[in-house]
Amino acid sequence: MSSFVRDALDLQVQVDAIGLGAIFALMAVGIGLVFGVMRLVNFAYGQLVMAGAFALAFASDRDWPVPVGIALCFAVVLVLSLAMERVVFRPLRTQSAAVMLIATFAVAFLLQSIALLWFGPLGRTATSLVQLNRPVSVGSVDVRKITIVAIVTAAVCLLLLIALLNRTSIGLHMRAAAIDSQTARLLGVRANLVSTVSVLIAGVLAAVVAVMLTVQFPTVTPTFALQETILVLAGVVVGGMTRLLSATLGGFLIGYVSGVLGGALPSSQSQYLPSLVFGLVILVLLVRPDGLFTRGRGLVERV
Amino acid sequence: MSVLEIRDLEVAYGGVAAVRGLSLSVAPGEVVGLIGPNGAGKSTTLHAIMGLVPARSGDVLLGERSLRGRTPEAIARSGIALVPEGRRLFAELTVEENLRLGLAARPRASEVGEDVADVVELFPIVEEFRQRPAGALSGGQQQQVAIARALVARPSILMLDEPSLGLAPPVVDLVFTTLQAIAERGIGVLLVEQRAQRTVALAARTHVLANGELRLTLTPDDAADTDRMVAAYLS
Repeated sequence: MSSFVRDALDLQVQVDAIGLGAIFALMAVGIGLVFGVMRLVNFAYGQLVMAGAFALAFASDRDWPVPVGIALCFAVVLVLSLAMERVVFRPLRTQSAAVMLIATFAVAFLLQSIALLWFGPLGRTATSLVQLNRPVSVGSVDVRKITIVAIVTAAVCLLLLIALLNRTSIGLHMRAAAIDSQTARLLGVRANLVSTVSVLIAGVLAAVVAVMLTVQFPTVTPTFALQETILVLAGVVVGGMTRLLSATLGGFLIGYVSGVLGGALPSSQSQYLPSLVFGLVILVLLVRPDGLFTRGRGLVERV
Repeated sequence: MSVLEIRDLEVAYGGVAAVRGLSLSVAPGEVVGLIGPNGAGKSTTLHAIMGLVPARSGDVLLGERSLRGRTPEAIARSGIALVPEGRRLFAELTVEENLRLGLAARPRASEVGEDVADVVELFPIVEEFRQRPAGALSGGQQQQVAIARALVARPSILMLDEPSLGLAPPVVDLVFTTLQAIAERGIGVLLVEQRAQRTVALAARTHVLANGELRLTLTPDDAADTDRMVAAYLS
């Protein structure tokens, strides 16, 4: 037990866990933003990340320059995000949450099946950015470059998003639509534009996550990012789904806890990691069913 | 400024008719009242005009253009503003942010500037509490912000759903005085109210609705004739 705690508190493990938390926080923002504006839990979010990762692998296979691969990744994810919004989310906007959730399940498995048909169960490898796994020494700790990149990128993305939400008209419209969609529409806020922008921002974040996850896990299969998405969804619920800030903190927390537990568990027992994490999720939900980071209803904005 | 015209409007919830064959019009610069008991169809009429509930038949015209089948945001952008029942301010946003949302109905406006000077003249508290969360204001102050937010959109027609509900008498006086001032600026006002006598005294025409049907139209001369109003309510 004492060695478990010692390992969990190890600086190296802590830094890696913060890096994983940062990536999960970005996914949580993507999921929380769309939920805030459209009341839609997008289970297919992980498949957007998967599609972006395959785009990177596709470019890597052909030895295309890294910026081209990243551009392709963003293009694929954004086109898919827009298609999802126009073909599935928008027509179902007035349906119940259950109908929309099932629709996102269908989209998720459709995309997964397409990936299986095109790339096979073993998938492809995205190797163009693997050099970011090399460590740099920061004091006594070896920190992988990708960990620093992930933390900085997540911080920049979140700051940009906060600026967009608080300083632009479209951001204000998104916040209003998240609080009371009907009143926002009565004031002239265009529901279609707001949902398109939300889905696009979520798509940008999914592409960023795809780039960072492929650095750490270069083998891209049709189930790529699936487990991470389930963990982030759990994190979003644990944090508090109805507020973007609490959802983001929940996403970060579950990434961080997974990182710490993953680092502290002996490799022979790593298969217990998901059970441990989800056990904690159930515990938290029993104690704080509205979310760990909610301060009561109506105090923090949804978006 | 355009005329709002409702022609033979029919609205139903499921199989139950809520508005039956209603026709009325609101010209620029005039106040038109809509009164009647609870469930008479007053709010449903406003919701149908704004596209929140579909009309079963009939038409809603703003100028020459039909609004039937349009989305609420398209109707707001065509020049009709609604101050909904209960005000529906965004409590977590500041007064200024609420006012900026009023600009959403104006395609090319993005900053609250001269519009605020206009509404401050009518409601000085808007300036005073500009940076406060709207939810921190009293009911009367919130109602003033709600009307100010609607005016920032520079509508041709302003519709209000029971704006005096739950307000103290001095604030009710302010609301009614302000509605007169708004009409004098050339904006047509369609006012749904429970305060029948005050509405009849203010409006050029006040229509009494009961069970979804127009029963009676009153003018300011009828404001003292309470027997007639009561009879229309109970009919």
